[in-house]
Amino acid sequence: MTELTNLTVAQIRDGHRAGDFSAVEVAEAFNANVAGAKALNAFIVETPDHAIAAAKAADADRAAGTLKPLSGVPIGMKDLFATNGVQTTAASHMLEGFVPRYESTVSQKLWDAGCGMLGKLNLDQFAMGSSNETSYFGNVISPWKRNDGGNAALAPGGSSGGSSSAIAARLCPAATGTDTGGSIRQPAAFVGISGIKPTYGRCSRWGIVAFASSLDQAGPMARDVRDCAIMLENMAGFDPKDATSLNMAVPNWEAALSSDLKGKKVGIPKEYRLEGIDPDIDAMWDAGIAMLKDAGAEVVDISLPHTKYALPAYYIIAPAEASSNLARYDGVRYGLRDLPEKAGLQDMYAATRADGFGPEVKRRIMIGTYVLSAGFYDAYYTQAQKVRTLIARDFEQAFGVCDVILAPTAPSAAFGLGEKTADPLSMYLNDVFAVPASLAGLPAMSVPAALNREGLPLGLQIIGKAFDEQGVLNAGLAIEERAGFNARAEKWW
Amino acid sequence: MTIDQATVRKIASLARIAISDAEAAAMEGELNGILGWVEQLGEVDVTGVEPMTAVIPNRLRLRDDVIDADPLTGGNRRDDILANAPAPQHGFFGVPKVIE
Repeated sequence: MTELTNLTVAQIRDGHRAGDFSAVEVAEAFNANVAGAKALNAFIVETPDHAIAAAKAADADRAAGTLKPLSGVPIGMKDLFATNGVQTTAASHMLEGFVPRYESTVSQKLWDAGCGMLGKLNLDQFAMGSSNETSYFGNVISPWKRNDGGNAALAPGGSSGGSSSAIAARLCPAATGTDTGGSIRQPAAFVGISGIKPTYGRCSRWGIVAFASSLDQAGPMARDVRDCAIMLENMAGFDPKDATSLNMAVPNWEAALSSDLKGKKVGIPKEYRLEGIDPDIDAMWDAGIAMLKDAGAEVVDISLPHTKYALPAYYIIAPAEASSNLARYDGVRYGLRDLPEKAGLQDMYAATRADGFGPEVKRRIMIGTYVLSAGFYDAYYTQAQKVRTLIARDFEQAFGVCDVILAPTAPSAAFGLGEKTADPLSMYLNDVFAVPASLAGLPAMSVPAALNREGLPLGLQIIGKAFDEQGVLNAGLAIEERAGFNARAEKWW
Repeated sequence: MTIDQATVRKIASLARIAISDAEAAAMEGELNGILGWVEQLGEVDVTGVEPMTAVIPNRLRLRDDVIDADPLTGGNRRDDILANAPAPQHGFFGVPKVIE
């Protein structure tokens, strides 16, 4: 029998259903991989008992003929989703020891679908980062190494870096991620897996620790496109508890998967051809264009003229929303309290927040506070919101002539830990291709496409029209079938 | 526009984050770097453009005006709400004395 931890979500689901193995065997195999991979630091909390309990229920359901859509599938949960009775920290000192008395909508849906939880996955603190180096609980390490014989520890991407590292290392077949400005797609690209951010509003934000509410969106990360479709079907759906939740039926994305792109038009945005970009990135992009042509699609050149303003607009809007959202951490209602001797209420707030937030979180709160302050609000925040309108309009016009857009996911392969931490700006620039779709609220996914000359994975990004996750998944499938990406990191941990 | 250390300290105070002089000095450079970079947004012609406040048009809903419409977010959850409070007292959140 194939090693159970090499199976995809679909294979586990179908194999369990067919009686090829028990869910408990699957959960035990993944629990063992999780326990043996401490060197990756992908998990903040391991929950082997949760996985086993769900597996026992899945096996009982199979015997009783009451199988659920994801019975027998254990997954990883990004530690940004509140989980009832299990510590939820957003990888911050501020929320260390915080044990929610409620369950996020997305995680509840997955448990209701039969999934078990292997643990809470590490991430960038409050999901702010692109390398998983801002976690209070230490860096997550990518399972990948460069092929130069060196032993440099590489970034798994961020903010969903625990999710990406764990899936690539076969610690879980799939995991949840969240994407505010690329936090699902960029880590997926860095480790050679797939991930999709659906249309803003598809997945409920209720119970997800808030970062930038107009951008935050949950989505799945897994090893292939089919698994992403399966997971997303079981995460999405209307939730009255989230005011921005879309009241739309969840399509059967998996059933409608098709890599036949005849009659489809794929847009290639000229502004994404960056001067001086790594030639491996451009070569992969060109190969991707050829793959989609081979799948029957017609390729058209498009222009997204405000692309270069997306990142600066994002770095006003996201910190502004973050400064407001993170005002709730005051040392009164939950989380850390730092009360210096003889301190009053205001001193307690300031001490608590100084102690509980890491440097990147503080930086963003400060930027957000500044751009929202009297006298600067219009010049920064309102201007950024207007530019956001123009960026969304660029996409609307482009989708007048094409069905999906193909671009690289990130401007580079995974970089080494510590290589970009000295300069916050150079880190921000890694999200240059991911942020525009976030600002426009569009569905976008990354699929692994190639290895670069250093032997590291590179991802292609497909951006679709609002609500057209199917078009995105189908184009992703067409690339997946043709790229034949099956490289995996050699085990060293 | 550049900000000086006094402004950094003012922002930190508005954000209720205590910072040392060394941190303020380090942050002065970082914040100026970021603010200088976002300044390029000023060159975009936004004449007649409305600021985007919601990315997907979605009308806000009203729930029925009844008590405890949702058992999860309704009332009678005092113990759950206080369970993670750092200093709960007598069924309330505890804070340092604010009135002498």
